[in-house]
Amino acid sequence: MQTRLDEQFQNTPQGREAETILRSCVHCGFCLATCPTYQLSGNELDSPRGRIYLIKQLLEGQEVTRKTQLHLDRCLTCRACESTCPSGVEYARLLDIGRNEVEQTIKRSPIDRMLRFALRKVLPNRSLFAFVLKSARLSRPLLPERLQRMVPAQPKIRQNPPQANHPRRMLVLQGCVQPALNPDINHAAERVLDKLGIALVDAQQAGCCGALAYHLDAQPEGLDAMRRLIDAWWPYIANPDKLIEAIVVTASGCGVMVKDYGRLLKHDSAYAEKAARVSELAKDIGEIVAAERPELTRLLENCPAPEAEAIAFHAPCTLQHGQRLDGVIESILQTAGFRLTRVGDTHLCCGSAGAYSIVQPHIARQLRDNKIAALTRDDPAIVVTANIGCQMHLQSGTQLPVRHWIEILDQVLCGQTEDRFP
Amino acid sequence: MRHANLVEAFQNILPSESVLFEPEDLRPYECDGLSAYRQLPMIAVLPGNEAEVIEILKICEAEKIPVVARGAGTGLSGGALPHADGVLLSLAKLNEILEIDPVACTARVQPGVRNLAISEAAETYGLYYAPDPSSQIACTIGGNVAENSGGVHCLKYGLTVHNILKLRVLTIEGDVLEIGSEALDSSGFDLLALMTGSEGMLGIISEITVKLLPKPETARLVMAAFDDIEKAGAAVANIIRAGIVPAGLEMMDKMTIAAVEEFIHAGYDPDAEAILLCESDGSNEVVANEIEKIRDIMHESGAVRIDTAHSDAERQRFWAGRKAAFPAAGRVSPDYYCMDGTIPRKHLAEVLRRIEDLSLEFGLRCMNVFHAGDGNLHPLILYDANRSGELEKAEAFGARILEICIEAGGSLTGEHGVGIEKLNQMCLQFGDAERDLFHAVKAAFDPDSQLNPGKAIPSLRRCAEFGAMHVHRGEEKFPDLPRF
Ligand SMILES: Cc1cc2nc3c(=O)[nH]c(=O)nc-3n(C[C@H](O)[C@H](O)[C@H](O)COP(=O)(O)OP(=O)(O)OC[C@H]3O[C@@H](n4cnc5c(N)ncnc54)[C@H](O)[C@@H]3O)c2cc1C
Ligand code: SF4
Ligand code: SF4
Repeated sequence: MQTRLDEQFQNTPQGREAETILRSCVHCGFCLATCPTYQLSGNELDSPRGRIYLIKQLLEGQEVTRKTQLHLDRCLTCRACESTCPSGVEYARLLDIGRNEVEQTIKRSPIDRMLRFALRKVLPNRSLFAFVLKSARLSRPLLPERLQRMVPAQPKIRQNPPQANHPRRMLVLQGCVQPALNPDINHAAERVLDKLGIALVDAQQAGCCGALAYHLDAQPEGLDAMRRLIDAWWPYIANPDKLIEAIVVTASGCGVMVKDYGRLLKHDSAYAEKAARVSELAKDIGEIVAAERPELTRLLENCPAPEAEAIAFHAPCTLQHGQRLDGVIESILQTAGFRLTRVGDTHLCCGSAGAYSIVQPHIARQLRDNKIAALTRDDPAIVVTANIGCQMHLQSGTQLPVRHWIEILDQVLCGQTEDRFP
Repeated sequence: MRHANLVEAFQNILPSESVLFEPEDLRPYECDGLSAYRQLPMIAVLPGNEAEVIEILKICEAEKIPVVARGAGTGLSGGALPHADGVLLSLAKLNEILEIDPVACTARVQPGVRNLAISEAAETYGLYYAPDPSSQIACTIGGNVAENSGGVHCLKYGLTVHNILKLRVLTIEGDVLEIGSEALDSSGFDLLALMTGSEGMLGIISEITVKLLPKPETARLVMAAFDDIEKAGAAVANIIRAGIVPAGLEMMDKMTIAAVEEFIHAGYDPDAEAILLCESDGSNEVVANEIEKIRDIMHESGAVRIDTAHSDAERQRFWAGRKAAFPAAGRVSPDYYCMDGTIPRKHLAEVLRRIEDLSLEFGLRCMNVFHAGDGNLHPLILYDANRSGELEKAEAFGARILEICIEAGGSLTGEHGVGIEKLNQMCLQFGDAERDLFHAVKAAFDPDSQLNPGKAIPSLRRCAEFGAMHVHRGEEKFPDLPRF
């Protein structure tokens, strides 16, 4: 597409990057077909091509208002459009640039600002979030049923993972909300990897990956969180005596972010190199397990096959569109003997999308209900996914159990048959 | 009525988010798939049902305001380019599949339903909708009818016009016309054929009944690679001459293959000068037989590599690559100008050679994608709109290609429509008498020329001006035109 960027953007790195991306869009409209928000609204302004155009007019110096901000806010950053785009348009990156620019010029309402501020302060803060969650759980019985469902129940914690000691070592990202919401996910990952001969190492000081703030209109704050995490990890990565093979991430939403550090910090001379190294090491737990398939198959031979219950797999957007790991986990589950049900419209977002379900509850709920309908049409006994956000969001809309896939693989491998599908 | 009053009139019948009237909101609607042509509409409206569309039309009729329909805006000839003083009428929200009749093999759908969504919904019954434009993932069935779109499988299954049974059409007055019938033939003039390809100039299509076909028992695909594009052209002719009607027969040249491979990793031969994709479908036996024959012909015609897709997934991937060919050009060049001429197949090699010469003459690269079976050529002229003068150069190059097509005995639109883009070339293809008839038909439906005015049929004046600029080999092409 033709572009005529405004002078003020012509010579900034962001401006130039945005221009390259804009120019790679040929306005074919293919991406409209797979965009969840366009599917709901039928409005070009809520489509990827329309948002690209809104950002183009912003960078071309046309006046924009709160309306542009609204249509950019409504984007889930699910990146289904990127998977669909034959021209290779890096939409999400353009959106980051566009959102940041809009944020500089358009002031949000005080309520909106407060909500976003609170989310940025509470969610990434592990102890604060744990406290809030605990209070919510305590008051759960007092809430009306609809609200009750929004407060995630206390998961059962099974035995703690072993203190594994293997020559093969990997760092694990604890994350911010996951340990409070469901600590068992990382425990399960530890047990499974232990069986595969890999020890997981936890860096004590490590906190949030920065995704929350970065996608909640506070990009500098997000970048700071990234730097802090890199600092916490670096002594482990740089230690030549105890080599770290990879950084394991069990939430695909965090994984996609960590994999992007290299690009996001490339202009920061103090961090560029380290960030690139961290991104290179980052792997979704699915990639790690898939790489050990021969060993996994051997282990499975000694395990009783899982009961013939059918599983519906929900591939998080951050897994399939962000990390392009479509099919990897599905195939592991099949190897483990599970029957996967047929699911329609697998490319569509469930509406969780980080804090989206809180800041755009209306669209998020529609998408969630559509997703649950698509997931359950073949009558599964359980829904599994690969990201804590999707898990909680889906669970708020269904009676069926929604689990992380590593937990159920853990049950098969480690013979914990009790409490199969709570 | 003043702008503000009009906006208010629309706001009275539509939710406020469905009436766009400020440049900020209108700009994303300023163009379709041909983004070189841009125009802000006065107002854009997004109705959600037929009743709202009728109300909108009544207001526009009363105020004599132009109305431009828009589906998904994937058109490549600027058909949905807005009118500066008009209303852009988006039909994208009318996206419901109203009924699928698995016994009669029909589907009744709203105009904003995506082409592919029909086949996806019909799949449960083992049925599908045959015309498959490469843009089928996104384009709407209303747009398909308005453009009489074709696709890679049209060689065997026909264009849109051959696959629809009935339309509901709204006149500019807001009256409802029911055209066609559920039966294969209907009495009176064939208005169904007239509406198909009418580019939004005769009425607004508000409902379509399409034919569905049973999915063939099997479909298999041969990919043949050639070291010379002329040999590929000859292979096409040989296949047709052998009496085979492939379900699809497509050609891509080297540059196209490279661009597409990067996106889809289909496994095309990267060293080939051209590849042919040839599909056979039907009963297992027939297909096995036909595939054997096709392979033989490809071999005799000099193919250097012949692969048959091993699985249905691989077959689909081969097609997905072909269907992504235009936008994949965006990986090679910031802009492309997609041409859409048809030529008699036998002239393929010669026409391609002349295009190559022109490419050198204009200094612009050109990728070639070709519905080889039915002679529909899509040269993609690559240019950079940010360089001044390059669009004009691309247009001049494109015009020359279309002239070559007409000289070779072909026509200037295979399936993308005339829109705003090919108005001048319409002067070349048709004489006065035909154009007068076109105008008379238009006037019969739309006396004040409010529906998509200025598209698809050139005014006499335009042709005269174009003719004056375009004196060919010293002689005037249109001696019968009045000169101004
Ligand atoms: C990458 C790419 C590949 C393509 N491949 C093909 C191909 O293989 N074959 C092919 O034939 N075309 C192809 N096209 C062109 C385009 O997709 C088709 O012309 C398609 O039918 C347009 O549908 P749309 O919904 O996008 O219509 P739009 O572009 O929105 O509109 C097209 C025309 O139809 C009119 N219109 C739309 N809806 C209605 C309605 N309900 N009532 C009355 N008029 C209406 C508009 O006014 C306009 O004149 C391709 C386009 C792209 C970008
Ligand atoms: S699919 Fe890609 S090139 Fe086409 S409009 Fe969308 S972003 Fe642009
Ligand atoms: S990221 Fe998702 S919601 Fe946003 S434009 Fe792309 S497809 Fe639509």
